[in-house]
Amino acid sequence: MATNNEIRFLNPPTVEVKKKKYCRFKKAGIKYIDYKDPEFLKRFLNEQGKILPRRLTGTSLKYQRKVAQAVKRARHLALLPYVTDLLK
Amino acid sequence: MLRQYETVFILTPVLSEVQMKEAVAKFRDMIVANQGEIVYEEAWGLKKLAYPIQKKTTGFYHLIGFKADPELIAKLELQYRRDERVIRYLTFAMDKHAIAYADKKHGSAKEAAPVKEEKPAPKPKKPVVDDDIEIIDEED
Repeated sequence: MATNNEIRFLNPPTVEVKKKKYCRFKKAGIKYIDYKDPEFLKRFLNEQGKILPRRLTGTSLKYQRKVAQAVKRARHLALLPYVTDLLK
Repeated sequence: MLRQYETVFILTPVLSEVQMKEAVAKFRDMIVANQGEIVYEEAWGLKKLAYPIQKKTTGFYHLIGFKADPELIAKLELQYRRDERVIRYLTFAMDKHAIAYADKKHGSAKEAAPVKEEKPAPKPKKPVVDDDIEIIDEED
């Protein structure tokens, strides 16, 4: 007879520790996003060269708009591709 | 009424070094002749394009940062469009943050090397610890 009232699980319950998202620009105090730096902008793109959504990167709306603008400028100048596969 | 601008243009790679310099000088002179003031300049040299433009896969990039009257921009862009050596251009009106960033980037480099390819003093845009974006699953 199980006298201990301690609950036992077959699989340990997965304790989801939700990591709080944050805006890297606000945190680092970056005010301007350079369109001439494709290596930096690549962090906000997926491997097809699409801009990653805010819900994945955690960027605040203000800076997401700036990222998007910078990416589009970089694309115009052929620093970043419009469409591709296996970027990075 | 002066505003600060930054203009980048890509010249076709078929030009020789001399022809390329000449084309750059043409636009530089044009800015100066129209009461513009060149703040900094960067020659990025022959770079590979991310996608072909007019069947070219490389191009000479040149950047000029300048202060000018807004009326100059229309004239400058007209010249870009007329000049078949220019395959792509972008003119960007800088806000105060952009100017601060450019000053930081060029301020220290000015006396050392006026035209430099690499950025000598980049802004600490990379936070020290977290280098990668963590992809966090959307909570349901």
